[in-house]
Amino acid sequence: MHELSLCQGIIDILETEASKQHFARVRKVRLLVGPLAGGDRATLSFGFDAVSRDTIAEGAELEFVDTPGLAWCFACDRTVEIAHYYDPCPACGGHRLKVTGGEEFRILDLEVE
Amino acid sequence: MCTVCGCGEADQHHHPHVHDSEHEHTHDHDHRHGHHHHHHGRGPAGLSIDGLSQERIVRIEQDILGRNDAHARGNRQFFESHGILALNLLSSPGSGKTTLLERSIADLKERFDVSVIEGDQQTENDAERIRASGVPVLQINTGKGCHLDAHMVGHGVQDLKPADYGILFIENVGNLVCPAMFDLGEAARVVILSVTEGEDKPLKYPDMFHRADLVLINKIDLLPYLRFDLERCLGYLQQVNPEVETIRVSATAGDGMDRWYGWLERRRKALLAERLAGLERQAAAIRAQI
Repeated sequence: MHELSLCQGIIDILETEASKQHFARVRKVRLLVGPLAGGDRATLSFGFDAVSRDTIAEGAELEFVDTPGLAWCFACDRTVEIAHYYDPCPACGGHRLKVTGGEEFRILDLEVE
Repeated sequence: MCTVCGCGEADQHHHPHVHDSEHEHTHDHDHRHGHHHHHHGRGPAGLSIDGLSQERIVRIEQDILGRNDAHARGNRQFFESHGILALNLLSSPGSGKTTLLERSIADLKERFDVSVIEGDQQTENDAERIRASGVPVLQINTGKGCHLDAHMVGHGVQDLKPADYGILFIENVGNLVCPAMFDLGEAARVVILSVTEGEDKPLKYPDMFHRADLVLINKIDLLPYLRFDLERCLGYLQQVNPEVETIRVSATAGDGMDRWYGWLERRRKALLAERLAGLERQAAAIRAQI
């Protein structure tokens, strides 16, 4: 359940931003989460409900924005799409891949009042 | 205010329970520093006007692990500038991590200054085992936490004061999932996988094995008695991490331990050479000024 620490990280960022950008309540948090980011979405939502209690984000919704998992295939000499670290290159079936995208785990924006 | 992270100014955070002395602690050591309190239901000017919605979109674009990564950068800078080879040791519970560490310390402590940070949810047991081998050790109990983070390690290092040019082993909480995402500022990640586990662990826990620099395949002396398919396991490892190095060892029988020590020595030399090159560049820049 490292998702709880991640949710606490989200709350910390929200509280810091609340005093910087002057808002009192968060309605929605949009997160960019890649398929390789290593945080389970259902667990994140569950953890966020628990961690956000008695904070400015109590009751706020987590919305997930997809971004593709990308890797450079050394055999094909081009970028290909993967969903897991163990996936082969969809073009050549090889594993000489260097992950270039899909590990993002970032807050994009907030709906606040 | 704490000098590691300035956490007297942070809005909310917890210190782990850190043991660094021989006597028993039973007290709860959770601090909360300067918790900011936000009042709900007020607009930017502290006013609320009926009929006017104050809803708006605020762009943030911040990495959720940004704070951990910043602490990790601080730790890494500290380790590099002190010539300390810091290694994050990861595995599932029962892989023989602490036994491997005990044996490594016994074999290495005459040649290098070795120190250890032990991460466990509870108990001082592993630190007691390491302390018996006669090197400085600090136990971090994560409490409810399932992993070490860079902030805990930063404070741990401040208390432990590892020797310059030495080797610092950071034994993470036994868990192949949660510690994967948290950079501690280590020079390398060493994952220990024992042959008494399933050979498909690299596929089941790809986040962990993808980020490993070295995988030690432990309890290799037991291989004849098990149905563990070593070749298949190595294939899975290649699949999730084509660049990973592997060494087969037995911490109890001693097989392969020399290769592991050789790897450590190479990594340590590389770190020190880089530090020296940096200092020489700095010296040359200063020399050019006088």
